[in-house]
Amino acid sequence: MKYIYYPGCSLKSTGKLYEESLLAVFRALNIDYVELNDWNCCGATAYMAIDEDKAFVLAARNLALAEEQLKGEEEVNIVAPCSACYMVLLKTQKYLKENPADMRKVQTALYESGLAYRGKARIRHPLDVFINDLGEKEISKAIKKPLTGLRVVPYYGCQTVRPYSTFEDQRNPVSMDRLFKAAGAEIVDWTMKTRCCGASLTGTIQEVALPLSYVILHEAKKRRADVITTACSLCQFNLECYQTDIDKKFKTDLKIDVLYFTQLLGLALGIPPVELGIQRLFSAPDNVFKILEGGDHVYV
Amino acid sequence: MSTFNGNGQSIPKIGFYICHCGHNIASMVDVDKVQKYTASLPGVTVSRDYKYMCSDPGQELIQKDIKEFGLNRIVVASCSPLLHEHTFRVATEKAGLNPYFFHMVNIRENVSWVTGDKEAATDKAIDLVRAAIQRVFFHKPLVKKEVPINPDVLILGGGIAGIHAALTIANAGKKVYLVEREPTIGGHMAMFDKTFPTLDCAACILTPKMSAVKNHPNITLWSYSEVEKIEGFVGNYRATIKRKPRYVIEELCVGCMDCIDACIYKEAKYPDEFNLGMSKRKPIYIPFPQATPQVVLFDPDTCIDFKSHRCKKTCIEACDRDAIDLKQTAKYEEINIGSVILATGFKTYDAKFAPQYGYGRFPNVFTSLELERMVNASGPTSGEVLTKEGKKPKSVGIVHCVGSRDEKSNKWCSKVCCMYSLKLAHLIKEHTGAEVYNFYIDMRTPGKGYEEFYDKLMNEGVHFIRGRVAEVTDWALAAEEENKLTIRVEDTLVGVVRRIPVDMVVLSVGLEPREDASDVRRMFNISCSNEGFFLERHPKLAPVSTFTDGIFIAGACQGPKDIPDSVAQAGAAAAEVLSLICAGTIELEPNTASITEEFCSGCKSCIPLCPYSAISFKEDTKKAYINEALCKGCGTCVAACPSGSIIQNLFEDEQIFGEIEGLLRFAGIDLAGSETKGKELEHA
Repeated sequence: MKYIYYPGCSLKSTGKLYEESLLAVFRALNIDYVELNDWNCCGATAYMAIDEDKAFVLAARNLALAEEQLKGEEEVNIVAPCSACYMVLLKTQKYLKENPADMRKVQTALYESGLAYRGKARIRHPLDVFINDLGEKEISKAIKKPLTGLRVVPYYGCQTVRPYSTFEDQRNPVSMDRLFKAAGAEIVDWTMKTRCCGASLTGTIQEVALPLSYVILHEAKKRRADVITTACSLCQFNLECYQTDIDKKFKTDLKIDVLYFTQLLGLALGIPPVELGIQRLFSAPDNVFKILEGGDHVYV
Repeated sequence: MSTFNGNGQSIPKIGFYICHCGHNIASMVDVDKVQKYTASLPGVTVSRDYKYMCSDPGQELIQKDIKEFGLNRIVVASCSPLLHEHTFRVATEKAGLNPYFFHMVNIRENVSWVTGDKEAATDKAIDLVRAAIQRVFFHKPLVKKEVPINPDVLILGGGIAGIHAALTIANAGKKVYLVEREPTIGGHMAMFDKTFPTLDCAACILTPKMSAVKNHPNITLWSYSEVEKIEGFVGNYRATIKRKPRYVIEELCVGCMDCIDACIYKEAKYPDEFNLGMSKRKPIYIPFPQATPQVVLFDPDTCIDFKSHRCKKTCIEACDRDAIDLKQTAKYEEINIGSVILATGFKTYDAKFAPQYGYGRFPNVFTSLELERMVNASGPTSGEVLTKEGKKPKSVGIVHCVGSRDEKSNKWCSKVCCMYSLKLAHLIKEHTGAEVYNFYIDMRTPGKGYEEFYDKLMNEGVHFIRGRVAEVTDWALAAEEENKLTIRVEDTLVGVVRRIPVDMVVLSVGLEPREDASDVRRMFNISCSNEGFFLERHPKLAPVSTFTDGIFIAGACQGPKDIPDSVAQAGAAAAEVLSLICAGTIELEPNTASITEEFCSGCKSCIPLCPYSAISFKEDTKKAYINEALCKGCGTCVAACPSGSIIQNLFEDEQIFGEIEGLLRFAGIDLAGSETKGKELEHA
């Protein structure tokens, strides 16, 4: 089965390391993918808040393009790794299915550019693909450097599972737990799996955002976790890059590694760190390397 | 006298009556116009309007006209037949006319109540009346069948509802078979310590009833048994009961428990179902001290002898009465009964489906049912309220509406949780002196003495915080939250988000239908409401009846209910059953279908379609056969029969065509040709 890879904007910019690690893992696991031709921004939350009609057209265009690109295939699976993209595409699909009048508007707009959305595309999160299409057995077979002894706290954030996720429990997701268990890691259970990291408020209202990130980091630290794994560019950025600010504000010493789940999975699959964009992290994941024997320290 | 429709019936003399129903009909339908119009229709001898046709003078009007004018068809245009068809049929019969020559037209629910357009309403009323007039031409006299009622009763479920119904019926001198799935009767009530709002000891009021059931000469108690099969119809059901093997001969065992002491397991090792896994039992056990019947049973999944056949069988040696039989197999009992009461109860919501409350993740999060066992003197902690660490909690949070009033799980209010949460709050405070917090959406305490109980609890110093709990978590923001469970909640009365650290959390889980409620529903051919509880025939006026005659429901299988309500329903169901039995026979509505054998090709198309399993296949004649007692007259088979060999009383082809013609003629389509009376009769 061929997957359409829809990167969205952030995986081409701040989340470059997410893209690099995701695609490296895809290759290592023999997942056949092709990037969506001529894709556009999903509209994210900003566009949706201002003009829903146009936002739905933007998102639907990507779905229509995917259907066009895999014309004739039985299934069209579009993989959206960015949690905002994933959420917006799912929202669009659901909304258009339930509101035929808006569907007509969107189709009219798409028709202008010679496209049509047939509602066939299945929107998938990489976690969904790994766990449900590939399965834990296949994953553990492919593991070259088991994450033995590494205490992982899986952190899912908001939009990966809420409110439209098709593959997860919205209050207690487990796919990442299962994935890293298959990779040999020790999973640390916690109640912060889907708590908000502060999202874009770190850039605007820090007095709200920092405490939100703080409790997540604090709880991970308290549970003696070695690494937090995330599935969202914003989560990864907030949790990793504000640690110094948070330490200052809350008088703590919270140093903890924060990796994309694809980066950690890539390490377990034996992919060289540099292909996983590890060097693009703001701080080197010393902890992870220290524990995983044979890992190289990579510094920017 | 000339004959009509070949049945030897005289030319119809129709009496037509239109009811004003006060203003209900008359304010929207021009009754005078309808009456005058109908008077001009062929076959109509009398046409009248009257303020309340259902009143005694209204009925007498019909009876007087029948006698005076020799009417032989009656049409009343009024409300829904569900309300008064029976009334008018009885009135017609009293005047000496077969009641099935009466027909009712609904011009209230179908006309006056659903429009604001007087002209359209009047037109539609005329339309419907004309159809009815043309239909009754073809009505035939029908006779109700009478079948005898078997006075024996089957009751499913030995909780408080089943127990109460069984005793009520048995005390009236009727035979009852009480079938309980678990090894003991008592149901959920047997698990409770106290009952609200009186704080009576549950066991003290329940166990006398349990032993009364056991000792009653009219009650056959089959515990650890299930219904395998039921067939038949009201008054004449036949059921097969599977009695699961206990590996102990029930008649011989006296419940001395010597075998339990003698078991090679010196310590109890396996989770005890009755205590919800909070204590341990041996492979041979008795569920609780007052279990009824007082008979031990083996759990073949945990007994060594069933697994390896290598046990020394010290239990058998210990039994003086030779009551243990490890080779026992399931026994099947066949019984004939006339009626059934389903009192199969409920299950509690599985709190694992609300992961935000941490049940299963944090050891000190308990469900309310677990706490009921904990505060019970015969429970796993002998009545102590203890955390998993074995300490008395200093603070306890009770989270209401877990699995109730929730879009994500169950939308309904479980009705009993507010009250049992209050009771638990009282008991926890009494046992531990802890600070108790109730987190509620709304306090719902309707019931005798319930609001007063709530008031008492507030005076006892229990805290009430209004808001749905967001989560129960172990992440600490402050020193006092370390090593505690923190309840995060929006206090909607103060308008702030609060974090309340506690030592123990109790989740007030809601009530749900049992997992196999839909299997039971299918077996007994009744309906379930959307949420999966058994559906009553009418929510107000037939609360314990079902759409299948002779099958009644009582207790929480019909919807969440507390003990008083369950007992009241059980009494009501018992009264319904006794009323059936005392009547001795039951009349069956004659609107049933029957097969015209010479046309039946034996294709069997109708058999699987019948929702009441009323059709069988006669192997000797190779024809289908409809059991009139089972047939509900739904007409499915009539429509499906490819050879047109099924006829349904009151819905015969010519009756339906007559009705259609009446409707179409109003629309300007005249199938019958000219309007003369003679032609109309000729056509018929």
